[in-house]
Amino acid sequence: MFPILEAKWLAPKVRWITVAAPRVATKHLPGHFVIVRVSEHGERIPLTIADSDSASGTITLVVQVLGATTQQLCALKEGQAILDVVGPLGKATEMKNFGHVVLVGGGVGTAVIHPQAKALKNCGNYVSAVIGGRSQSYVILESELRSICDAVYPCTDDGSYGYHGFVTGKLGELIADQQQPVHAVITAGPVPMMRAIANLTREHHLHTIASLNPIMVDGTGMCGGCRVTIAGQTQFACVDGPEFDAHQVDFTELADRLSAYRPQEQLSWQQLQNLNHECRLNQLK
Amino acid sequence: MKPAERMKILRQHMPEQDAEQRSHNFEEVNYGLAGTAASMEAQRCLRCKQAKCIEGCPVGVDIPGFVEALAEDDLKKAADILLDANVLPAVTGRVCPQETQCEVQCIRGGKSEPLAIGYLERFVADWARENYQQKFTPPPPSGKRIAVVGAGPAGLTCAGELAKRGHAVTIYEALHRPGGVLLYGIPEFRLPKAIVDQEVNNLRKMGVQIICNVVIGATYTISDLLTAEGFQAVFIANGAGLPVFQGIPGEQLKGVYSANEYLTRVNLMGAFRFPDCDTPVIKSTQVAVVGGGNVAMDSVRTARRLGADPATLIYRRSRQEMPARVEEVKHAEEEGIVLELLCNPIEILGTTDGWVRGVRCQRMALGEPDASGRRRPEPIPGSEFEIPCQVFIEAIGTRANPLLTQSTPELNLNKWGNIVIDENNMTSMPGVFAGGDIVRGAATVILAMGDGKNSALSIHQFLSNK
Repeated sequence: MFPILEAKWLAPKVRWITVAAPRVATKHLPGHFVIVRVSEHGERIPLTIADSDSASGTITLVVQVLGATTQQLCALKEGQAILDVVGPLGKATEMKNFGHVVLVGGGVGTAVIHPQAKALKNCGNYVSAVIGGRSQSYVILESELRSICDAVYPCTDDGSYGYHGFVTGKLGELIADQQQPVHAVITAGPVPMMRAIANLTREHHLHTIASLNPIMVDGTGMCGGCRVTIAGQTQFACVDGPEFDAHQVDFTELADRLSAYRPQEQLSWQQLQNLNHECRLNQLK
Repeated sequence: MKPAERMKILRQHMPEQDAEQRSHNFEEVNYGLAGTAASMEAQRCLRCKQAKCIEGCPVGVDIPGFVEALAEDDLKKAADILLDANVLPAVTGRVCPQETQCEVQCIRGGKSEPLAIGYLERFVADWARENYQQKFTPPPPSGKRIAVVGAGPAGLTCAGELAKRGHAVTIYEALHRPGGVLLYGIPEFRLPKAIVDQEVNNLRKMGVQIICNVVIGATYTISDLLTAEGFQAVFIANGAGLPVFQGIPGEQLKGVYSANEYLTRVNLMGAFRFPDCDTPVIKSTQVAVVGGGNVAMDSVRTARRLGADPATLIYRRSRQEMPARVEEVKHAEEEGIVLELLCNPIEILGTTDGWVRGVRCQRMALGEPDASGRRRPEPIPGSEFEIPCQVFIEAIGTRANPLLTQSTPELNLNKWGNIVIDENNMTSMPGVFAGGDIVRGAATVILAMGDGKNSALSIHQFLSNK
């Protein structure tokens, strides 16, 4: 069992969960993920490590309620525990002095770029973060990133805060800025966003890394369920990634494969809502 | 009883669940021998002075010894003899290919059928599971600590043998539950998971510590184990690894699985109980599996139980060359599995929205023998045809998982990425031993267990000399 030391809402349906996992915390590098299982009959899901502290032996997960498992996970409170946490898995982000690196996070993808920002800053980079959300309340980790990065650009789809528009729009502006030329881009977030970023930076021949989020089971290379096509070759995101050259990723295929279990996911979701509803009814009795 | 009388007794049959019934459930196929049948079978053993069957057993079970005790109705003695040599007898009694290990050596096999050693092992092991707790008096602690990587058959066996010798053993398991392939690979209907749990608990009672959710190569390196974690020796048994795909068009379609993924979802994660278990698996009315080994059989029989009709097995050679156990092929056919032999998939066909709709195959003919000694299958020109299916599973093998070995450059590997060991099962790193599939490539449970046992003896020797 992995005790939860802190749990709070960062945005609607987005939860910050700090959990005691000393072995993982010691080895965590930016780019790593863990596989988590919430309950005895639960599924294994991959989650990026948003932060870690080896001294206190903790890691932080930023989780968005998307289905039954993430809802169960986000329902956990301080003092409760996650049944299984295994990691750190995947290859760490390539760390070097690129010059000016722009990190682009969309929604909970912002959690992925958070540890990268710290490490890239330590490598001597000028680090900009472009973080997007539907509206102001969905922009997460802004203050944390401000304390690390040289510049942070919040963006909202509805213009309620920061830059009015998609992160690609802001990134386009940064690329066009001759004062502070961009040397590399790292992105994490929804597939359509990462695809749009890749399309934009391809035109500018900008080195771009995307952190992929395919469906996984074991997370150690054993099942091959997370296979993605990179430059025409099959790769396993869990052991070969999860970060790849964004210009080589087949995003259409990734998006399609992510939809493989949609009917089952809806069934699980519905079952959980019914269960929760019954629980509440019982409390009323 | 005189040998001539023993010779007259016919081999007992294993009672089985009705084929039609079992093709719709995950209950065990074989029921196990009844007591009278087991005693009768035990009488068939000729008590050879130089028992060849023992040589056929990778863990060296005293087969005539436990069979004789069984024939004398001394089940405790039979269990003690069995358990002394084999820490997982209820497992091996179910999944060992006895026909190519011990039973093939049985002298009776020449004239009639060999002694049903596997049935008897299972009988004694099951009796012991329900009625007997072997007395384990821990030997004086050696003061030595050994880390075992992987709680599969090799690791569990090694741990048990080391514990018997007074060593403190910690097993690190990457998954959330110990058992390795016994859990994720072999289906419930061949090996109930409750049995695996029970055998694992027996090891815990012997003092073996099992820590799940630790990936060696990620959470700890081998060097960490030998330094910061303070172990004096390590046994690596992290198993087979990455599934091999055929490399044919269409493998990214939804509904294409590696056998590893399909079986892991169903066996380890309980997807056959979805939505009571949260992990789903795609069910479809038509499923095709490519491969000819036990993993392919397990996959196609699992698909059948999940409702596939037909569930088709595609294999490029003929029945004779199939690596699967004869019993598995027989059971599969009884359950209505369709065998497409001398047939090879060349393309997976998809719908416009990315789902599998079938597989295009070609007929094969056997040509000259290849390097493996088996006749090489060659395509027959113009023989292409389609098998409709919505789920397609590839069970054509695995390659070595690089997670551990990449983080341990000190380990010598062969050209396939498997760890190279010496005659004492030691790797190129002093004090680090290895066995099972990470050394052999894909092999069997019992060979992995044999490696575990031999490595335990070598580790014991290594630590005694220190």
